[in-house]
Amino acid sequence: MAIEPNKAGLDRGPPAGSLALSHRLHLDLPLVFALLLASGYGLLVLFSAIDQDPQRLEAQLLRLGLAFGVMILVAQIPPRLWRRLAVPLYVAGVLMLVAVLAVGEIGKGAQRWLDLGFLRFQPSELLKLGVPLMLAWFLALRPLPPGGWRTLLAAILTAVPAVLIARQPDLGTALLVGSAGAFVLFLAGLSWRLIALLAALAAALAPLLWSQMLDYQKNRVLTLFDPESDPLGTGYHIIQSKIAIGSGGVYGKGWGLGTQSHLEFLPERSTDFIFAVLGEELGLFGVLALLGIYLFIIFRGLYIASQCQDAFGRLLAGGLTLVFFVYLFVNTGMVSGLLPVVGVPLPLVSYGGTSMVTILAGFGLIMAVHTHREGAGR
Amino acid sequence: MAGSWFHAADGERRLFARRAWVAAILATLLLSLVVARVAHLQIDSHQHFSTLSQDNRVRLEPLPPVRGLIYDTQGVLLAANEPSFTLTVTPDKAKDMPGLLEELSKLIRLDEADIKRFDRLRRQGSPYAAVPLRLHLTEEEIARVSLDGHRFPAVDIRTDLLRTYPLGLYTAHVLGYVARIDEEEVKRIDAANYRGTDFIGKNGLEKSYEEVLHGRVGYRQVEVNAKGRVLRTLESEPPTPGKDLRLHLDIRLQRHAAKALAGKRGAVVAIDPRTGGVLALVSNPSFDPNPFVEGIGAKEYAALRDDIDVPLFDRALRGQYPPGSTIKPFIALGGLETGVITTGKTKHCSGAFQLPGQSHRYRDWRKGGHGSVDMRRAIVESCDVYFYDLAHHLGIDRLNDFLGKFHFGRKTGVDLAGELGGLLPSKEWKRRVRHQAWYPGETLIVGIGQGAFLATPLQLAAATAAIANGGRYLEPRVAKALDAGQGQLEPIQAPRRDLGLDPDHVEDIIHAMTQVVESPRGTARRIRSPAYRIAGKTGTAQVFTVGQKETYKEKQVAARKRDHALFVAFAPVEDPRIAVAVLVENGGHGGSVAAPIARAVMDSYLLGQEPPGDLDAEPEEEAEDGD
Repeated sequence: MAIEPNKAGLDRGPPAGSLALSHRLHLDLPLVFALLLASGYGLLVLFSAIDQDPQRLEAQLLRLGLAFGVMILVAQIPPRLWRRLAVPLYVAGVLMLVAVLAVGEIGKGAQRWLDLGFLRFQPSELLKLGVPLMLAWFLALRPLPPGGWRTLLAAILTAVPAVLIARQPDLGTALLVGSAGAFVLFLAGLSWRLIALLAALAAALAPLLWSQMLDYQKNRVLTLFDPESDPLGTGYHIIQSKIAIGSGGVYGKGWGLGTQSHLEFLPERSTDFIFAVLGEELGLFGVLALLGIYLFIIFRGLYIASQCQDAFGRLLAGGLTLVFFVYLFVNTGMVSGLLPVVGVPLPLVSYGGTSMVTILAGFGLIMAVHTHREGAGR
Repeated sequence: MAGSWFHAADGERRLFARRAWVAAILATLLLSLVVARVAHLQIDSHQHFSTLSQDNRVRLEPLPPVRGLIYDTQGVLLAANEPSFTLTVTPDKAKDMPGLLEELSKLIRLDEADIKRFDRLRRQGSPYAAVPLRLHLTEEEIARVSLDGHRFPAVDIRTDLLRTYPLGLYTAHVLGYVARIDEEEVKRIDAANYRGTDFIGKNGLEKSYEEVLHGRVGYRQVEVNAKGRVLRTLESEPPTPGKDLRLHLDIRLQRHAAKALAGKRGAVVAIDPRTGGVLALVSNPSFDPNPFVEGIGAKEYAALRDDIDVPLFDRALRGQYPPGSTIKPFIALGGLETGVITTGKTKHCSGAFQLPGQSHRYRDWRKGGHGSVDMRRAIVESCDVYFYDLAHHLGIDRLNDFLGKFHFGRKTGVDLAGELGGLLPSKEWKRRVRHQAWYPGETLIVGIGQGAFLATPLQLAAATAAIANGGRYLEPRVAKALDAGQGQLEPIQAPRRDLGLDPDHVEDIIHAMTQVVESPRGTARRIRSPAYRIAGKTGTAQVFTVGQKETYKEKQVAARKRDHALFVAFAPVEDPRIAVAVLVENGGHGGSVAAPIARAVMDSYLLGQEPPGDLDAEPEEEAEDGD
């Protein structure tokens, strides 16, 4: 027990040395550094994947700049404000999802965008942050671990947006939103017995889920096991991306020299399948380097989470970090042929802006809970 | 107290730390799995994939299927595929786009519209996809570009089969058209099956039969050299072409109907009451669908869209109008079926109807009234008071039930995309939409087909066909059969439902409708034909509400507020082969404007006569023409 006050003292704040500029800007230097490193490395791979087109490089740079700007902005907002924003953000997000579905129903087709007139907005992105915020807020209201009823409510709060997104149909995002909620619950101390039970239930319900899936979704799963069965459709992606990675070998073919990528055998090489370009051109070492940076980001995120004073911050930071991990795992798993093809980009590397902004806004939140010192509280 | 509180908080922290560790270990393990997988591919199978990659000169190319053709009932080609040569540019391969366009314009004609469309498509598509720049290259132009081909690595000449509609102006609404697949459709379609296909049905038959018309994609494996040029074909699976469509639609009748409707805004729908086959479906004014196939210019599109006569609007399928008095035979039939009236029972018409205890006078179209009328006369002279009274006694619920059987208020189920179902008012509808209770007066208005009651010309034609064939509702079908080639016809069956009506009642209604044309007092007496007998009913749909004390002065009302003229009919009465619904927007009287058009359509179908040119002439004024 003598240790306790000492530990509390350590937790009171960061060491005096780092109270420099970075902390006053509410940034976590190691995390920012790692994120910049990953983005820079990503740009290098991307520049090759887009055949060194300066215009598209510029576009990606602009988006990265914007996303880092959003991250810094988000980090300035103190957690107590985020706590208050949790419910409105979540409710607004779910309402917009319903609106999107309704509009899609009328338009008779897939619909992910909400046209607000001046801009097109994808509400499912908002929920990638909204769900962990909401769950962290909700679960931190009372002592942890949560009991049965609170667990059930938290599961419902996760399932509603996840199901709505899956109906769009956007399986990738539904997976990310769903896992965000699941991870927050897990970190909040969901009982192991319940976890085991759920795993058993999921195994039992898998056939039901299968029957609910759309044809093209089923195809993607089937072709995972036998890509040659659909060489023109989804199987083509997997076959070509495996060839790209495998032919890269340990050292790679060299930057800009990937034949799979540049002779256009590899589809979507600048977006969802950019990991294959990395594997082909920079080899196993290139892959290990990127995954190493990512792993550092994940560990740092979890460390920051465990240093938090209050349960809200811990759950939020931990949950967001693990969503980042899901992005990473689903994308690399899919490109290397471990998982079915689900439209999830490689975070910080894939060409495109929407998910990048969300991911870095998430890290902004993590830094916000880390760097704002507030009065003790739950 | 404070101690235990800290204790609890501390417990939570330790719980979280444990969970965070578990998560960290899990993440590491799963990422190791990915690393193991990548290492397996890159170390163990490196040799294998390296060979594959070197041999990856084999490219899989889609072989898009040929779209099915569309023929009318006589075998006249309505939708064709014509070969067309298109010059495309792949933006990604063009280092200096303005320079390239400059160079190309020296070889072939490139006008402003070409450049504009190219820029638009380029913005929409991926930079790796070839974008059409010039369509319909001539042989000479192809030769000139090919000669200098090596200078333009980004340029390709593609042979397309382009959809054309030889009789486009007559078929635009019913056939619809194909056009480039848009972003929304990309998400919906089976991407593999549409590889190599740029076009998809947007409207009408082209949309509703998209799946059959499109066919299944095939593919071939080709060997290419390092620059991507095809050396030889290794293996191929031919595409399955789309099936041809054979229609019930008779293009000759369709043209004659369009001619009869020329100069007017309106719709004609003709249905074979024996099969439910749609013989003609005309909406006037129409438009040429051909420019839409390759992407119509913004200016041309705006002109069509903003035209006050809305040529793009399919009045036959999506135009919803009050059915007016054309609904009366159906309501009379409902009265007979429920026993509220009998054929012979008379009712006195003094020119207006009042609900018990109310001062509002529901007026008849004839000021002095019709005197004593039975069911037959009520239909022949289109007496409003008779139907106010009948509707009042039936009540809105029974009215709604009975008219619903004829698909009023819901879609007919025709095989065309975009159909609207009209509106059949009910208590439930009023509560839901207007948040008000139903008033008895509204029932009367439904009884003469006015007020909120809306129906499409197609609904009217299909319902009329159901009376003509003695009480079977056939879902209308434009397509008769699918043709998979080699004379293998798969007939298209439409659901049919017997409405369970008393044959005597239907007979009485048909008799009354026959008198509408045959009787000297009938509202459509002037379309009486010496060659065959017609059963029909005129209708006039109010666009403009007349006040209690005013009288309706047609000449004073602005042209666009004038009543819509309607007419439903079928012939020959003894063995009906055609049922027709005609609507003329702001046409005035059904008897004088819409009925002659129906007669012309029936003359064309039954006698093979082309409508005379004078059908456009102004209808003469005739006060007693009624209703």
